[in-house]
Amino acid sequence: MTPSSQSAAGIHEASDPHGAKKKFLADAAEHVRDTDHRAFVRKALGGYYTSRDTQKARYRDWEQARDAASLAKWSAVNRLDVLLPQFVAAFEANGGTVHWARDADEARGIVLELLKAAKAKAVIKSKCMTSEEIHLNAAMERDGYGVVESDLGEFIQQLRGEPPYHFVFPCMHVRRDEISDLFGRHLGSPPTDSPEELTMIARRHMRRLYVDADVGITGGNFLVAETGQISITENEGNARLTAALPRVHIALVGIEKVVANLDDLSVLLPMLATAGAGQPLTCYNTLYSGPRQPGEPDGPEEMHVVLLDNSRTALLADPEQRDALHCIRCGACLNVCPIFKNVGGFTYGTTYQGPIGSVITPHLRGLADWNHLSGASSLCGACTDACPVRIDIHHHLLHNRRNAARTTPSRLERLGHRLFVAVARRPWLFAAGGAMFRHTLWLAKRLRLPLLRAWLATRDLPPAPAQSFRAQWKAKA
Amino acid sequence: MSRSNPPPSARDVILGRVREALRSVAPLPHMRSQAAVSAAAAGPGGLTILPAEAARPWLPDGGETLGEQVGILIGNLEKLRAQVHCTLDLEAAADLVATMARDRGWKQVAWHDHPAVAPVASRLPCESHRVDESGFEKNRLEACDAGITTCDAAVAQTGSIVVSSATCGGRGLSILPHVHVVLVPIDRVVGTLADALDQMRERHAGRMPSMVSFITGPSRTGDIERILVLGAHGPKELIVIIVG
Repeated sequence: MTPSSQSAAGIHEASDPHGAKKKFLADAAEHVRDTDHRAFVRKALGGYYTSRDTQKARYRDWEQARDAASLAKWSAVNRLDVLLPQFVAAFEANGGTVHWARDADEARGIVLELLKAAKAKAVIKSKCMTSEEIHLNAAMERDGYGVVESDLGEFIQQLRGEPPYHFVFPCMHVRRDEISDLFGRHLGSPPTDSPEELTMIARRHMRRLYVDADVGITGGNFLVAETGQISITENEGNARLTAALPRVHIALVGIEKVVANLDDLSVLLPMLATAGAGQPLTCYNTLYSGPRQPGEPDGPEEMHVVLLDNSRTALLADPEQRDALHCIRCGACLNVCPIFKNVGGFTYGTTYQGPIGSVITPHLRGLADWNHLSGASSLCGACTDACPVRIDIHHHLLHNRRNAARTTPSRLERLGHRLFVAVARRPWLFAAGGAMFRHTLWLAKRLRLPLLRAWLATRDLPPAPAQSFRAQWKAKA
Repeated sequence: MSRSNPPPSARDVILGRVREALRSVAPLPHMRSQAAVSAAAAGPGGLTILPAEAARPWLPDGGETLGEQVGILIGNLEKLRAQVHCTLDLEAAADLVATMARDRGWKQVAWHDHPAVAPVASRLPCESHRVDESGFEKNRLEACDAGITTCDAAVAQTGSIVVSSATCGGRGLSILPHVHVVLVPIDRVVGTLADALDQMRERHAGRMPSMVSFITGPSRTGDIERILVLGAHGPKELIVIIVG
């Protein structure tokens, strides 16, 4: 009933150096042809734009609030050396246990050890992108633990055997009739086309599982250094239940999630909700400081937080792009991105899709294999405009392109640029070259030259103008 | 493995990488307001104005006077599709909840053993379970039609109800039953999230409850075709009764 999410089509480890790029190009080409799918995704996002704008209008100054949010994250990320130990000391003082994981392998090992120590029989999970990043579910299933995703979207994706399509809206690409069929097959529910009924089917199915689970696994949106609390943002209440009923609570969180104090949350929580989902605040924003305390009616006996590096320190070491660690994973940059809307979430082949994913994936998984994502952009800057913490997303795509050109220069590209410089410096040669192209454009079309082939596959070449721009300019002057 | 030369722990390795990485200085984020730029001039460790303090006048309004705050709170709760009632005293609130229980045919209700809840629970016309620090059976709580708690604060700015595991019946009571009834003493209404967090810090100086939750409307999801559905996993209904 719980197929592995790792084997799914969306995530591929690049063993062949150009495997990821080839797959990206093939998937993108296939996806853009699927106009029904694109229309469906655009329609699903329509409501988001309206509610986001309504909520933004309630801010007395959204642009300046973005300043404050970026300041909060900038001051925290640049003081990680101080704030991380401060968080750990406070969290441990509350009775929680902290584990450190250098990479995905170590993090999986820690979680599996904790499950073994807890003699876990049933594990319930709430949405956690860091666990997708380290392929935790597959590792747990290999060791024989049954694990159920409780977030509705993640649950649907788990049943489908697919990773999330969008890191905030995991199943935004799935139609209701597909969900109805899926639930019919796995849960034996009668067919329905009502989103409400489908939600209630999942609700009824999940209730028993919360009560029976002995371990609950969550992520974390912010780590508050001042108080040692972990802040979890959600809408459904599944994270609340996951952290309330099982005997052990494990939170898997990236080290960059630290903020200095509670005051910072008074800015970041509303902005996360508004930018991410067009809400004033998401339905549940909950701070956990450790296991049940004396005098409290319930709560887990143990709480563990696993702090994950997994190449975040490599990104931290690049001051130019360090602000990519300010990301609060609201997903706003995906929702506005023309590339995301046309190629879809799976085409990226990454845990984090869209513009921010294209920026950070080369740092997390290698620039040589993932630089092609920097080219998957029109550089329109919609992502940078949408980012509530003002990450310079589209410039970072340019920075990645530059870095890739430095580390793995392409001879062909270099030769081409040299040729262009030589021509552009000599006006007579430029004019002659232009004239030649104008007169031989039909030939290029006929010959289907390699450089033009991809472009010509779906487009016609415009007719060549009779006169060059320079000639027209001269005639007018 | 020799005792004198143990391998560095993961903690030491990661903190070492962090310190090494931070030796190079990151540029300031792009900011538009002069206030934010000058606040950042002293470097990440020496901000002259805290981000939250700077943001106060820029975030959504929470109202100045209690009257304004209550008005904004009610407006926001209604937009969130919570049900809001105002009563003069606990007596009236008890009448209201008793009527509600009869009309809806509630069979079992769980309530938190708290002076602001007990008078309401005592008038329930159905089976009722008191939740106190000795805990409860989660199976029985799951079977309850409603859970009744008070709150630490109600935030006008966002329409949020703040509950904690120490003061509002633990973690399960406000999330597991199908309906959550919250009694809000009117003096618990605050303007903004920042105010609520300040209060939290004062009230629980030194030791925060193990869970503090900001509840903003009944549980919801938009996961199916981005269409809003209430009652995903938590309460389908949030009933807020402002008392006083």
